Amino acid sequence: MDKFDLLIVGVGGQGVILASDIIGRAAVMEGLSVRSAETHGMAQRGGAVENHVRIGCKYGSLIPAGGADCLMSMEPLEALRFAKYVNPKGVAVINTEKIVPVTVNLGKVQYPELETIIRTMCGLCSEVKAENYTGLAKKAGAVQSLNVVMIGAVSKYLPIKPETIKEVITKSVPPKTINVNLKAFDLGHDA
Amino acid sequence: MLGNDAIAHALLESNIDVATGYPGTPSSEILASLAPHAPGRFHIEWSVNEKVALEVAIGASWAGARSVCTMKHVGLNVAADPFMTLSHTGVNGGLVLISADDPACHSSQNEQDSRVYAKFAKVPCLDPQSPQEARDMILYAYDFSEKFKMPVLFRPTTRISHAKSDVDIGLPAHREKKIEFIKDVERFVVLPRHTRVLLKKLNAKQEAMQKALADSPWNKLTIKAGAKLGIISSGVASAYAEEAMETLGTDVSYLKIGAYPIDPTLIKELADNVERILIIEELTPFIEEQARMYAPHVLGKMTGEVPHEGEFDTLLVANIIRKAAGKPALKNRDVQLDFELPARPPVMCPGCPHRATFYALKSVFKDESIFASDIGCYTLGTQLGAVDTCLCMGASITIASGLSHSGIDNKIACTIGDSTFIHTGIPGLINAVYNKANITVVILDNRTTAMTGHQQNPATGSNILDEPSTEISLEALVKSCGVASLQVIDPLDLETSKAAFKKAYDTDGVKVIIARQPCIITAKKMGIRRKQFEVLDDLCEGCKRCVKFGCPAMEVKDGKAFIGDACAGCGMCTKICQFGAIKGRGA
Repeated sequence: MDKFDLLIVGVGGQGVILASDIIGRAAVMEGLSVRSAETHGMAQRGGAVENHVRIGCKYGSLIPAGGADCLMSMEPLEALRFAKYVNPKGVAVINTEKIVPVTVNLGKVQYPELETIIRTMCGLCSEVKAENYTGLAKKAGAVQSLNVVMIGAVSKYLPIKPETIKEVITKSVPPKTINVNLKAFDLGHDA
Repeated sequence: MLGNDAIAHALLESNIDVATGYPGTPSSEILASLAPHAPGRFHIEWSVNEKVALEVAIGASWAGARSVCTMKHVGLNVAADPFMTLSHTGVNGGLVLISADDPACHSSQNEQDSRVYAKFAKVPCLDPQSPQEARDMILYAYDFSEKFKMPVLFRPTTRISHAKSDVDIGLPAHREKKIEFIKDVERFVVLPRHTRVLLKKLNAKQEAMQKALADSPWNKLTIKAGAKLGIISSGVASAYAEEAMETLGTDVSYLKIGAYPIDPTLIKELADNVERILIIEELTPFIEEQARMYAPHVLGKMTGEVPHEGEFDTLLVANIIRKAAGKPALKNRDVQLDFELPARPPVMCPGCPHRATFYALKSVFKDESIFASDIGCYTLGTQLGAVDTCLCMGASITIASGLSHSGIDNKIACTIGDSTFIHTGIPGLINAVYNKANITVVILDNRTTAMTGHQQNPATGSNILDEPSTEISLEALVKSCGVASLQVIDPLDLETSKAAFKKAYDTDGVKVIIARQPCIITAKKMGIRRKQFEVLDDLCEGCKRCVKFGCPAMEVKDGKAFIGDACAGCGMCTKICQFGAIKGRGA
């Protein structure tokens, strides 16, 4: 059985839970067992969130440090925050659009340069793919489709067929937004 | 399927009659997931607090109804009073009390081990290792509860409740229902002479329960011939231990525990077959304390092998096991950065009315006042320097009262949400009036229980089924507590709010201000869209007064304020700006 550990990180409100849900359901549809762990409650309020998705796993839902085959980061700073989870042979897919934390706005600490973030990540895993996926989401028709754009971007690495993921997307998003989301998936996949 | 959804499904399969609870992470989704199935099938309610919830479930059970009561671990403190004596009276219809623990305090004020409560009350406890086992255990729990006439404490942890997994489920089983209350004064009226007898009966049940649980699938002993190391694990730690053992390459005898009380013969048999036993469990050394009575060589928390705090994962558990097996540790990946990583703490949403209330409160009461607060989204008011204390549900008004009676000179104000006020705030307010405290009480009335996912409460005007229900008047409640000074404000109206706080500041006694404005998330869901704002660069002086307000939509770009797309249009920044530099977009 294909085993694949995916860590999805971002900022509360970016749709991290739906992203891991879609991938998890697609894996189940292909007969793979899945364990995932979500962030609920207070941490969701604009804080850093992490969702663990373990495909082909029969045990606990938390990915150990150094175990993630792929890190999908919906915000650049969050890639660094959760970098310890990436396997040195793994890949990091990073959205380059920043969400500046309140701590930076208040002048307590500086937001690192994008280049520094990507250079650091390159030293920690075998492949880094950094794009402005938020831009692609806007191109698809709605900035809220960022999570689906990024599912498209990581789908190349997952042991799941893209058609299965698209089928789950169709069933998971509000009916009015199906076309936007399918376009978002394709834009992310082809980026 | 989410662990909590798997639990809810198992409750449907068990054909429950009554479901009660109070929201609390990580337990909240269980009732939310059950609610759509309730009409015409069973009664469901968000109760006003956990003690109330459990007592409603007990009443139903005594009439023969299968009932469930859900809460988070600290909720069990509130429900501890009925829980401790319920073990004596026992139940008729099966009663499962779900108390969800939160190792690592992801969304809680402490780490607390509900298993200890089970032992304290002499109640059996089930401790699942996966969402699948959680589903399976619930079915078992109802049969067990009815067989032994005992409540069952079901204890998932965050990584069960908020884990997703593929889960095998079934259809609701048919059940003969017999709903009637048979009077039995010696059992249901716990006069001392009745309780003494009930306690003997309770103690007599313990051994039979242990034996039944030892034969259950939840406690499983696997002896490997020749293995020197024995491992005992419980709950979600069993999932980590099993994954770690798979790759270890050393023979290990293994006792998996998922149900308490544990039959000592299981521990003795393991001890007879190995040289030493390693115990892996989150939170307290609960099994370890028992195992030490029966096994000579035990490794665990008490010998420093296993952490006392936080939650575990596979790597941590693998290294504990490897050390006990005399193998080198696996490397933990540590990322060193040569710069500080900006923290991203949770914050109140853009447009959150609480932030506006805190701003007005602080502008009148200033830093020298003391601000007691409570449990809810508004605990994040620490970021505005408007929350100095938070202990437990309902402890804002009471802590403020204590500060007031301490003889301190500072002004004292406290904040408490609508749901928390109804939960356990009311007795504190009555006490404050009765005993003449000198405090300002701010009820942050956003018409919902926001932090746990917007559950209805008696001030919302609807129940868990979204049916209209009597809307409790906070004004009438406050007045009936004897409060003479009551003001109601709209926190988005800054000037009026400040004037109200000034009046309270200058008045002696217990003053109550109800700050009423719907939660911005519910407001958006109801279709309320406010015009967004923007900063006019020419007028912005870069003073950052608006940025210090702490709204996540407010950024600094090239030394000037900038309002991002997250703006919810509350307009507070326009009132804070001294230079008239913030205007409606496109104005």
